[in-house]
Amino acid sequence: MAFRLVSLASAFAFGVLAGLAPASAQDRSIVVASTTSTQDSGLFGHLLPLFKARTNIEVKVIAQGTGQALDTARRGDADVVFVHARSQEEKFVTDGFGVKRFDVMYNDFVLIGPKGDPAGVKGKDIETALRAIQAKAAPFVSRGDKSGTHSAELALWKQAGIDIAAAKGPWYREIGQGMGPALNTAGAMNGYVLADRGTWISFRNRGELEIAVEGDKRLFNQYGVILVNPEKFPSVKKEFGQIFIDWLVSAEGQAAIAAYKIDGQQLFFPNAEKKAS
Amino acid sequence: MSDQYSAWQLILNGDAALFAIVRLSLAVSLSAVALAALIGMPLGALLALARFPGRSVLVVLLNALMGLPPVVVGLAVYLLLSRSGPLGAMGILFTPTAMVIAQTILIVPIIAALTRQTIEDLWAEYRDELTAMDVSQTGRMVTLLWDARFSLLTALLAGFGRAAAEVGAVMIVGGNIDGFTRTMTTAVALETSKGNLPLALGLGLVLVAIVLAINAAAWGTRVWSERQVG
Repeated sequence: MAFRLVSLASAFAFGVLAGLAPASAQDRSIVVASTTSTQDSGLFGHLLPLFKARTNIEVKVIAQGTGQALDTARRGDADVVFVHARSQEEKFVTDGFGVKRFDVMYNDFVLIGPKGDPAGVKGKDIETALRAIQAKAAPFVSRGDKSGTHSAELALWKQAGIDIAAAKGPWYREIGQGMGPALNTAGAMNGYVLADRGTWISFRNRGELEIAVEGDKRLFNQYGVILVNPEKFPSVKKEFGQIFIDWLVSAEGQAAIAAYKIDGQQLFFPNAEKKAS
Repeated sequence: MSDQYSAWQLILNGDAALFAIVRLSLAVSLSAVALAALIGMPLGALLALARFPGRSVLVVLLNALMGLPPVVVGLAVYLLLSRSGPLGAMGILFTPTAMVIAQTILIVPIIAALTRQTIEDLWAEYRDELTAMDVSQTGRMVTLLWDARFSLLTALLAGFGRAAAEVGAVMIVGGNIDGFTRTMTTAVALETSKGNLPLALGLGLVLVAIVLAINAAAWGTRVWSERQVG
């Protein structure tokens, strides 16, 4: 009886494991390391079924910050990266981890703040706004996670002439989490936060938050896509990965990106280079 | 899962994505419990009966490992299974198999430590009898494990509870991939980060209800089989 129980448990465990194991022989799938903004905004939920219908390739998305997504790819654990921090992406390619970087689309960052606007930044340009926030020590939530948005935020502080590493006080709160949690935190502490517009439009827990600063050209947010270098990692599924990249920058993929709307608002604007072919 | 629906509507409509998530959560956690029982119960029984130098240290260590943080286990398994890691060639990172491995490591100490305590208490009761009958060490282990089977159910449930509730390990080694490695807990984390708090809370309640149902079923089985044994 005891023996029967043991065999039952083993049979169950191994049966489930076998059932769960990937069918590698005819595995038409790729792993894409991407950012929380593309997933949380629902863009992938819109794009991937279209891509699958066209190519019968399954795309498995790991949504991380840009820094972590590039790191996942650097370890060879993804086939494609789809992120938004140009300098980090270019370094990734020059370091030999990526094959080539393609522009895919853009949106923009917005400075989100409480309706009361305690720092008085509404309608100002982004540099003036950041200087006012620092001067008044108004609560500011930073992603603090090396994501694309975090890199952009750090670059903006620098442009505003503020050395944030030296200037930060209790008002500057690095939470080390994704865009959604950062917005949740800003809402809870009546603080300001830099967000990508896509996540903001699709975010459902706005509470007292609204857009404080937008439309400044320094808030431009470019997304790029890169195939992980198969010479570095032979496990990279280069054919399927390239098909995905080609589709994203094709007329069809670009149209699909432009067609994604929430409440009538377009979230991402395709801007891949037209290819000669 | 569509954002426009609440968790209750998803259940009532028989939402396929929700059921796939529930199915995966149960498959992963129950497999981990089964594997951890195969490793942890003999280990616990051995530790209860064997006498060797350093045994107390091992007992304390095992008890301490019950508090292993899931996120640390997840990170360790991630580094092992990563393409750049020692077991990278297996190519099982970001798959349910990787999630089962991480959860198994997480709950082996729980099941082993609780088994050790149960068997040790039982041993005090049966020591004279089993010594007089001159039963071998393995025989003692099997006899005591079998005799304690109803109490050991609690150890299994503790292990299952831990596995079903944790999010840190499965998030790191599974990657929370839609339709492939998304579990109840990672779905709750995702919906929270989208600011979709009602749906996140609803999914959380579904998870609690499932864990409750499994515990009720285990309790019922125990009462029923104890009656059978008499």
